[in-house]
Amino acid sequence: MENNSNLIINHTAAAEKTKISVRNLNFYYGMHQALFDNNIDILEKQVTAIIGPSGCGKSTLLRTFNRIYQLYREQRAEGEIFLDGENILDNSVDILELRRKVGMIFQKPTPFPMSVFDNVAYPLKLHFSLSKSEIIDHVEKALRGASLWDEVKDKLKKSGMALSGGQQQRLCIARAIAGEPEVLLMDEPTSAIDPVGTLKVEDLIEELKQEFTIVIVTHNMQQAARISDYTAFYFQGKIIEFDITEKIFTSPANKQTEDYITGRFG
Amino acid sequence: MENSKKQLISPDAADQFFKITTAVCALLAAVVMFGFFIQLFWSSIPAIKEFGLDFLTSSEWDPVKNLYGAMPAIAGTLVTTAIAVVIAVPLSFIVAMFLVETAPPALSHTLSHAIDLLAAIPSIIYGMWGLFIFVPFMQDHVQPFLANTLHLKIIPLFAGEYNGFGFLTSGIILAVMILPFICAVMRDVFRMVPPVLKESAFGAGATSWEVTLDITMRYGARGLLGAIFLGLGRAVGETMAVLFVIGNVQKMPTSLYQAGTTISATLANNFAEAQGVFRSALFELGLILLVISFLIQVLAQFWLNRVSRQMGEK
Repeated sequence: MENNSNLIINHTAAAEKTKISVRNLNFYYGMHQALFDNNIDILEKQVTAIIGPSGCGKSTLLRTFNRIYQLYREQRAEGEIFLDGENILDNSVDILELRRKVGMIFQKPTPFPMSVFDNVAYPLKLHFSLSKSEIIDHVEKALRGASLWDEVKDKLKKSGMALSGGQQQRLCIARAIAGEPEVLLMDEPTSAIDPVGTLKVEDLIEELKQEFTIVIVTHNMQQAARISDYTAFYFQGKIIEFDITEKIFTSPANKQTEDYITGRFG
Repeated sequence: MENSKKQLISPDAADQFFKITTAVCALLAAVVMFGFFIQLFWSSIPAIKEFGLDFLTSSEWDPVKNLYGAMPAIAGTLVTTAIAVVIAVPLSFIVAMFLVETAPPALSHTLSHAIDLLAAIPSIIYGMWGLFIFVPFMQDHVQPFLANTLHLKIIPLFAGEYNGFGFLTSGIILAVMILPFICAVMRDVFRMVPPVLKESAFGAGATSWEVTLDITMRYGARGLLGAIFLGLGRAVGETMAVLFVIGNVQKMPTSLYQAGTTISATLANNFAEAQGVFRSALFELGLILLVISFLIQVLAQFWLNRVSRQMGEK
């Protein structure tokens, strides 16, 4: 491909709807530019993996999708990111509603310092006015959705921080899906948990894509190959290659991509 | 192979020596504490014999008739401490929150140091400042303002003359004194909340206020409680700053504007000339102060354990 900065996927099976379109996105940490003219289309109800060496801008991209970066005053994004056609970088966007629609899972599990039940009920209480019994129903549904219900149904009142690492991460997924989002952002969700926990989270992602659009940043290339439908390879803040996962891992068009996935650098 | 390094004592003996030394030092602290307690109790015996439990409930204080009651001093101590904590805790919370969450780094840094310096001011300076500057200010501005402009004088708590001395003034000065301690601890507590935890709550669609209330405060609940008790402990025993502005009369508190006394102020005022039962009564007051401080510690521990249990750490 001639133009690295404009890699919008255009394959024949594109019957899927575009959920997020990134257009000419530049991102800055103070004076330092971290993303350069990014263009990418994330398809609805697909798993899109972002791979690349450390510090290449993978997480930065993810953090623009719910505008969490704006907690830090020196960080800013320029360009456009359309979520269902609406530019979420626009100041008029309801940021709380955006964050309900776009849930985020972090590298380390982040259970809130409250009970398992309250953790999952938290977004429900923030965004909806529900009766107590409705909340109970929704919490159970979310915990089932995160394949955690059977393990925690007898300890809903225990602190979320008392669960194992893998359970904590699935608790965070349950919390993220409780608010009935449309997109789930996962920033290396399995890098801090053990192999068994990792497997469960990967299986879960497989199920979740029936309902949600998932964007996952991962260091683990096998993981990207296993669970994603599309893969974007990032290098130094630029999207080097973006295509169907199978193609990226079997016949990458770009030499750098090939070098990275075969382990020659990164 | 022969060990070329000559050893004066065997490693085992050295270990033993180290263990014993540290244990003795640690025990010494307990012995001193216990010794204080015994000594105070011992010196209190004449007063305990003379007044019995009446000492705790009587508000009589008559060195001529040699009659003493601890009630006004105890009540005064509790009232001034309560005022100080009620003012200092929310203020410290807001200041700490500002320093950690909203202030630009440079400002936060400077202000933090300024607040830490506030803690370094000797209490006698607070006392002098209180007597010469704050008391007249209270008399001329604050007391009339509260009573007349805010119409608080219909509440008996704000009744009385505007002379600047008394419980309210003492409580405010105590509040200023304990604020840096509470604030410094709260600031550290807020700083310890992992940024990713806050991001996670913001990511769930919470506002800054909700994140503070639901995440930061819960996460730091133990530390925040600890900060409050630290301030409480300092306020209870503070002498010099209070002595100058409380008015030093043995009267039960009925109004915030009224002059009164505290345990430590009573002790400081009377020790020089006290003899016999009078002296013993002062020792008993000292004992009471020690017991109150001790109770605060016990209460703090009890609460901290409760909070830990609620958070599921235990």
